[in-house]
Amino acid sequence: MSGILNSSIGRKFAMALSALFLMFFILQHFAINILSVFSPDTFNEVSHFMGTFWAVQYLLQPVLIIGVIFHFAMGFILEFKNWSARKINYAKNNGAANSSWMSRNMIWSGGFILVFLIIHFIDFWIPEINTKYIAGDMSGLVDPNVADSGFRYYEELVHKFVPIWRVALYCLGFIFLALHLLHGFNSAFQSVGANNKYTKGLKGFGKAYAIGIPLGFIFIALFHHLKACCGL
Amino acid sequence: MNLTLKIWRQKNANDKGQLVDYKVTDISPDMSFLEMLDVLNEQLINKGDEPVAFDHDCREGICGMCSLYINGEAHGPDRGVTTCQLHMRMFKDGDTIYIEPFRAAAFPVIKDLIVDRTSFDRIQHAGGFISVNTSGNTIDANAIPINKQDADTAFEAATCIGCGACVASCKNSSAMLFVGAKVSQFALLPQGQVEATDRVLNMVKQMDDEGFGNCTNTGACEVECPKGISLENIARMNQEYLKASLKG
Repeated sequence: MSGILNSSIGRKFAMALSALFLMFFILQHFAINILSVFSPDTFNEVSHFMGTFWAVQYLLQPVLIIGVIFHFAMGFILEFKNWSARKINYAKNNGAANSSWMSRNMIWSGGFILVFLIIHFIDFWIPEINTKYIAGDMSGLVDPNVADSGFRYYEELVHKFVPIWRVALYCLGFIFLALHLLHGFNSAFQSVGANNKYTKGLKGFGKAYAIGIPLGFIFIALFHHLKACCGL
Repeated sequence: MNLTLKIWRQKNANDKGQLVDYKVTDISPDMSFLEMLDVLNEQLINKGDEPVAFDHDCREGICGMCSLYINGEAHGPDRGVTTCQLHMRMFKDGDTIYIEPFRAAAFPVIKDLIVDRTSFDRIQHAGGFISVNTSGNTIDANAIPINKQDADTAFEAATCIGCGACVASCKNSSAMLFVGAKVSQFALLPQGQVEATDRVLNMVKQMDDEGFGNCTNTGACEVECPKGISLENIARMNQEYLKASLKG
């Protein structure tokens, strides 16, 4: 068992496990965010629970952050190793003849997602950490001194999606997420050794997930922008 | 057919190498690709020039000796064939054809289009075999009942001719389809079980030591493989490796 991460297959396996974990996280993130479209109150309640429940904050959140950092770091490490495995490139290479654009460009779609994620953290995560753990306001209220001022989460979300440039940036980020997932979903299963009679069905599910979830996130961003700007 | 060839010429392993243009005329569409290169080499020899060095042996698609990266694809644009089985009818009169060696750090160029693929031999030596008692009590392999599906799948994996097209086609120069096939052909059979743990650990270690890249599951290897070796073999190798790592 020792040294498994030093082998190519071990690293692939670890990469796939972190990918599966992140795909599950994205699904639950979407499930919470879509509540903001149908029921702002429920969205506020769930957001407050996720933002204050100790197990989420002190167990799941660190695991998530480690998972994200590991996935990106390992992705770059593997890519650099792969570049060194071919020192001279072909004068003519017809990659499109045997593989999808998505599969050949995971590093670039992943790189753009990283940029998007940094912006997303600056937009939401850092202010949230600042409010709760630096300012010490765990109330989740719009005004912590007014008990019936209501939760702040929905208002903050809507406020972020007023500028069109941010909406456009988020939409682009989700398009790259879709491109990444279109290859990544099934690639993760192949890396953990799951290629069997269920693979065909899983490919269909993977495509639906890879397109459906980012499309859902785009819908949420556009919905709040249009609602705030055009009174939808 | 009249063709322009852009061929990689490299005097030896230390030479930088470059693409050189050649013209060939009156090429029959029924010729194989290697026969077309034979025609070119005849022209070069008659002119007193150095002929193009390229690998070939059986010219029947079973030895795995021929290679060549033709117009951006290992073994050229046809599917399920080696370069020796590729026919000139796949090209059009007036075409320009790029002919390059298989590129990978683990496949260094020896001369022109010939690359050193002995890294595959070293991977095989690391565990691509079974040990059989040949002292006189050898049990006939056919005396051991084997599930038909397992036997067929093992045989399909065993059809890998080790040509290296998988490495050449992979954007990462990964050898996992080759090693996956060599692991699978034994992993599915009872004769392969005794050394299963050591086999996969040693072969994967040797593969990594040779400097092949990591598989990112693009599937290019499966598409370009002249023997149609399936990606399932890589998944099976991954399973075998993880099982062996837990045991070992």
